[in-house]
Amino acid sequence: MYFLLARLFQAAIVMLCVAFVGFLVFQYIGDPVLSLVGQETTVQDREALRESLGLNDPIFVQYLRYVGNAIQGDFGISYSFNRDVSEMIADRLPATVELVLLSGVFSLILAIPAGIYTGIRRKGGLAQTIMALSVIGVSVPSFLLGILLILVYSVWLNWLPSFGRGDTASLFTLESSLFTLDGLSHALMPAAVLCLFQLGVILRLIRAEMLEVLRTEYIRFAWARGLPGQRVYLRHALKNTLVPVVTAIGLQLSSLFAFSIITERVFQWPGMGSLLLHAIGQSDIPLLAAYLIFVGLVFTISNLVVDAIYVLIDPRIRHGAH
Amino acid sequence: MFEKIRSDFWYELLNAPVTVVSLVIILLMAIGCTFAPVFAPHTPFDPATISILDNNLPPAWESGSDPRFLLGTDLQGRDVLSAMLYGGRISLLVGLGAVALSVVIGMTVGLLAGYFGGMTDAILMRVAEIQFAFPPILIALLFNGIMKASLPANVFAQAAVPIMILAIGLAGWVQFARIVRASVLVQRGQDYVTACQAIGLPTSTIILRHITPNILGPVLVLAMLQIAVAIVTEATLSFLGLGTPLTEPSLGALIQIGSQYLFSGIWWVVIFPGTMLLVMVIAFNLVADWVRDYLNPRLR
Repeated sequence: MYFLLARLFQAAIVMLCVAFVGFLVFQYIGDPVLSLVGQETTVQDREALRESLGLNDPIFVQYLRYVGNAIQGDFGISYSFNRDVSEMIADRLPATVELVLLSGVFSLILAIPAGIYTGIRRKGGLAQTIMALSVIGVSVPSFLLGILLILVYSVWLNWLPSFGRGDTASLFTLESSLFTLDGLSHALMPAAVLCLFQLGVILRLIRAEMLEVLRTEYIRFAWARGLPGQRVYLRHALKNTLVPVVTAIGLQLSSLFAFSIITERVFQWPGMGSLLLHAIGQSDIPLLAAYLIFVGLVFTISNLVVDAIYVLIDPRIRHGAH
Repeated sequence: MFEKIRSDFWYELLNAPVTVVSLVIILLMAIGCTFAPVFAPHTPFDPATISILDNNLPPAWESGSDPRFLLGTDLQGRDVLSAMLYGGRISLLVGLGAVALSVVIGMTVGLLAGYFGGMTDAILMRVAEIQFAFPPILIALLFNGIMKASLPANVFAQAAVPIMILAIGLAGWVQFARIVRASVLVQRGQDYVTACQAIGLPTSTIILRHITPNILGPVLVLAMLQIAVAIVTEATLSFLGLGTPLTEPSLGALIQIGSQYLFSGIWWVVIFPGTMLLVMVIAFNLVADWVRDYLNPRLR
């Protein structure tokens, strides 16, 4: 319990730091007054506006006010869309989440068995082939892979659509393109691109951890006791690779969000990433700051979940013998 | 570090043909790109030498091509091969520059945190931990985006390459700091460090002359891997339109230009720069893998 409380406290501090960076960006890049007033506004009017917006208050007071608003979901109004920033993020979020979920699930389903297999049969032909492919998987820049897929499957073969999200349908009030065939055909290539990189990273990590664990004394002892291979590999070896693997998966989840920016650009997927790139292109500061804080929140929460899982899988952490 | 080049170095290297090929490829690319003005058949970004009449020519082995342009031309009649050489120069420059910056910051932080411990360690490593929770590419992207939003457009375009080096370098130092700190913690407990302290050597001498040479191995491996990552990051940012200006495109920007014409069947403007980028990255990764195995045979 103490471990989790300490982590929760730490997460809160991280979020305050991220919010501070977001606040600095929001407040000090560009002049909010200039973006609100027209040419003919007098200096006195500008000063009055500055005062009424609270821009003359001490920086600490302004920061607290910004955090207070952010907690209530108020990130200001987007310059370029003239809409509430949090509303826009809520609009775009489902598209990104469905992409991240789809590719995350697929990369785990493929990476875990492949990682265990290559760890056990590391000299085998199939294992060597998988490893060689994984080098390519982690080396190919994802935007390049996306373009190549479009070139092959959309331009040359004309099998799959190259842009957009396709039809969406709602199920239990969730609106997603994963529920229609058209939507799935749109999601296939972007999800594959996102999946491939994660796949390579997780696979290689599981393999390395398996190799490390299989060398230890207690595995030799397990063999000496005459336990069947399946039990040694899965119950004794795999279980002890889980802590670093879960850490990596947590980090990968946040990098899925980051890489979805690229994938969304290549496939013109209308998610959060496209929104961020638009915000950068238009110097839409409120949107940029809100994205920063939102992504910080996603990462912090995923790290907390990882910490909670540690407690479940490793009794040493549970009992405080760190 | 240099005494560490063991007698089996050349034996091990020559018995790894993949590594030798990768090294040769890196060398050829480095020479070709560094001296791009000498090797490139055309000057792709000089409006005086390009002609719009030469636009969209396919590579030399396809029908309707022009033998002057080995790998074809793009929409504005620029020679793809020459553009690749000039673009590769920017990619390599940013990759090496950014990693150099990461190494300098990361080693400084790691050495200080590892040697002094205590509060210094706690503060520095907490900062590193917070940054580590964010993917480097996102940090570089946001840094670049914020610079773009806060600088005037022409200043940003002129300083694009240094800003890119800064963005990617600042995004990548944490891993160096962690690895250096871990190695320093091991070294600090060794007798030779105690001996140095006992004879009263200044702390800076102990850190720089005695500890640093002993921790360069892992830094070298990580640096090789990070060069590949930095090149990909640069290409990605340029592809997203945040990096180098289109008047001076890197490989990523070339791919971005080409990707707009995919559906008109002009594949060569994308495929050739893309292949070059890919080969470059894989070559760096393979060499890094070999260096790691060489320095740490236990992993083989």
